[in-house]
Amino acid sequence: MGHPLFKRHLSLERLEEMSLLIYGTISSIVLALYAAGFSLTYGISGLANFAHGALYILSGFIAWSFLNQVELPYFLSALLAIIISGLIGFGIYWGLLLRVRGIPLAELVVTFAAGVAILELLMWKGFYGIQYSLPLFLEGGVEIKGVAVDYQRLFVIGTGVVLVVLLWLFVHHTKIGLAFRGMAQNERTALSVGIESDWIGSLSLAFGSALAGVAAIVILPMGLMESAIGYEVLIYALAVAIVGGLESTSGVIVASFILGFGQVATAKFLSAKWMIIVPLVAIIFVLVIRPSGLFGKFKELEERI
Amino acid sequence: MAEVEARYRKKRLDRGIKARADTVFAIASFREILYLLLPRAVPVVALLILPIVLKGYWGKVLVYACVFGLLALSWDFLACCGLFSLGQALFFGLGAYVAGILSYYLHWPPILTIPAAILGGGLLSAILLSPVLRLRGVYFAMVTLMMPLLFMKMIETTGLLGGTHGLSALAPFPNEWVAKYLAVGGFLFVLFIFRRMIGEDYGLVLKAIRDDDRAVMSAAINIYWRKTQALFVAGAVGAFAGAFMTHHYQFVGMTVFALDYSILPLAASALGGPGTFAGPALGSMILIPLSEALRALGGLRIALYCVILILSVIALPEGIFHYIERKYHQFERLVKVG
Amino acid sequence: MGKTEEQAILKVERLGKHFGGVQAVHDVSFSLGQGEFLGIIGPNGSGKTTLVNLITGFVKPDSGRVTYRGKNITARKPYTIAGLGISRTFQMVRLFYNLPAYKNLIIPLSSSRVKKLRGGEYGERDDVAVDLLDDMGFERDSFVPYKLAGSLPHGYLKRLDLARAMALRPDFLILDELFSGMAMSEVASTLPLIEKFHEEGLTIIMIEHRLKELFRVVDRVMVLNFGEKIAEGSPEEVMGTETVKKAYLGIEVEIG
Repeated sequence: MGHPLFKRHLSLERLEEMSLLIYGTISSIVLALYAAGFSLTYGISGLANFAHGALYILSGFIAWSFLNQVELPYFLSALLAIIISGLIGFGIYWGLLLRVRGIPLAELVVTFAAGVAILELLMWKGFYGIQYSLPLFLEGGVEIKGVAVDYQRLFVIGTGVVLVVLLWLFVHHTKIGLAFRGMAQNERTALSVGIESDWIGSLSLAFGSALAGVAAIVILPMGLMESAIGYEVLIYALAVAIVGGLESTSGVIVASFILGFGQVATAKFLSAKWMIIVPLVAIIFVLVIRPSGLFGKFKELEERI
Repeated sequence: MAEVEARYRKKRLDRGIKARADTVFAIASFREILYLLLPRAVPVVALLILPIVLKGYWGKVLVYACVFGLLALSWDFLACCGLFSLGQALFFGLGAYVAGILSYYLHWPPILTIPAAILGGGLLSAILLSPVLRLRGVYFAMVTLMMPLLFMKMIETTGLLGGTHGLSALAPFPNEWVAKYLAVGGFLFVLFIFRRMIGEDYGLVLKAIRDDDRAVMSAAINIYWRKTQALFVAGAVGAFAGAFMTHHYQFVGMTVFALDYSILPLAASALGGPGTFAGPALGSMILIPLSEALRALGGLRIALYCVILILSVIALPEGIFHYIERKYHQFERLVKVG
Repeated sequence: MGKTEEQAILKVERLGKHFGGVQAVHDVSFSLGQGEFLGIIGPNGSGKTTLVNLITGFVKPDSGRVTYRGKNITARKPYTIAGLGISRTFQMVRLFYNLPAYKNLIIPLSSSRVKKLRGGEYGERDDVAVDLLDDMGFERDSFVPYKLAGSLPHGYLKRLDLARAMALRPDFLILDELFSGMAMSEVASTLPLIEKFHEEGLTIIMIEHRLKELFRVVDRVMVLNFGEKIAEGSPEEVMGTETVKKAYLGIEVEIG
């Protein structure tokens, strides 16, 4: 097999594999970033925040406004956007969820309606178009084993990994994290909803929203910024959470990779149009076959006769 | 000298006529008959007359109100047995496409496509959603939310069934009177039937399933079969609404699966008061004309529905209908305590 | 002293279930013949209700088998098992408090089992319900059957639960702490009902803490402790066993 033609053919295949591998990884980390905030909120306080996607896009627009209208430096704009996003999440709890806390369906409806209202409001105000985009942190790119990867995407991977590791450490090791989990477990077994659990709830929503902001800042520069993305992010976050199993950090990671690679493969072998179908089908499929997901701890979902 | 604060409490009393007229059906006076009959008769008569009175634009609004009212009634029926649907658009879209397909490819007239859509839509809805019946309510809600979206995206990506362009130039109704009275008649018919069913033993069992499904299971009743039946009924009603609109617009496209068709019935039911069928009906009659009046606001309307939905859930969970009903039957006065 | 294998209508073989880290039921086996009356006793948390849940299909067992009249009913759905004629009451009364008392019975009367037993029609369910309640001591001519279940005192609720279970026309009845919370007079008026059912041929399992009353009516007794069967036999035999006495440390029980 020394023939030059064969050699070139082989390395083309290798190139395609590398490309798939790298872009699959990037896609997976992006999904994990989408899902991180949502999973954190749910994991700590059992609140499914259906306004997650809306908060994601909102953070982006807030950062954009600070950058372009108030003309603050990029870093400051980003930081402010993340903080404000967290505050909005906090506010949503105290403003809206307080009265319906404990009724999962009402929580779903209220957060979902809030999310839709935000997204539709943004669309109505005209926040779509080429001028609405966040600049890249780092220009240029690098070649990894023959595949061109831009620095922004590498930054995304880096942020994602750091975030997930930090999250895992926070939830599993620090005193606060353990306290959160402990209180969350007690909260679920306790019948009464007291003041402490309201603090847990609002803080978890605040953190989750802030994480949505972080994800937005890091990912949005790579593409467009418009309301429709808010709906997509929610679907992706839900898919990761459900496929991986709620309340499992390892589930988030594994599910992100399964869905991420599934997406990239779909884009390659079918077309980019089909990508959104993957999470939708995954959600329905998992709920019908194995509702608790891959690593789900709440087996009661299945034993629900 | 210490001041004694007068404390008051609200005291609710049944109006005299209600206390007399409520339980006894051998009614003595004409006034009592009217008391019971009017709140039921007036809206019905009004709805039957309005198609004649309202012309053009507002005539269309009436039709939309009835169509969305049907979706809201369908929602409430599911809610009565504990199924919370965030995807009325699924029923609507399925019915719309069944009618559209039969009309476009087989050239069937509305008189055939609509019954077929009702049956087909009902069956498809039941089949698609029955696998998730055994899950907790929240997960059922999520699946209903995802399904219409899935259908919309599938049509968009495969380009089947007209793809993004949809199916157009479909058969219309013979004349506008048929359209108007089909909408109004269908709406009133479903309202009556549902209220009747819920009052009978069948409805009793459904509501019991909502309240405590394990108790119902221990009474040897297959709750999943009952829920599937409810899905069929609700799906059929929603499909009727969709099929109607297909012929009304003479067009069907993937927008029939849009979020609006899921959110509006939900907002209408929350506003009017779930569980009574009259509430969702009332809610639709308020929201649709309101949304048409605010047409100029465009996309802001859906944000408005969401705000109304949130406010209804948080501030007035019982809904407007119960509030009005209470006022009709009782009056309050402040009574001094102590 | 149980019946031979062929005559047993309910066979429970090595049933086991654990929740989290706790073994709620462990390796429990017993059998019951037609018309027998078995009492199940044991300290709180000994797995009695879990055992009932396992038999009636509300909880899936981790191991073991349940057979009823030759049919394997392990892990079948609760409504299928109820449809075969096994009816139960709940420790935490499960009634519909916003409905009138008699309307609570409409639900079992709307099952296909009752429809079949009545020859294919539901009948006037309201009338049937009121009749049934009358048999249970809710006088037809009084207000009681028509009062909202939520407004009834506790003793009535327990009897309503019993009526609901009987409305299914069961061959096999499982009572989970029927007498808990009942006043002495209520127990005294309900016990004859149970005895009547027994005489009419109903097979009954009764979980109770009120041992004096229980021992008066049962044929034999099974004792559970920490999810395991520690004794089975007549009331005297069982209460004389060391392990049972230890489990009920310090509690004096009069027998007979």
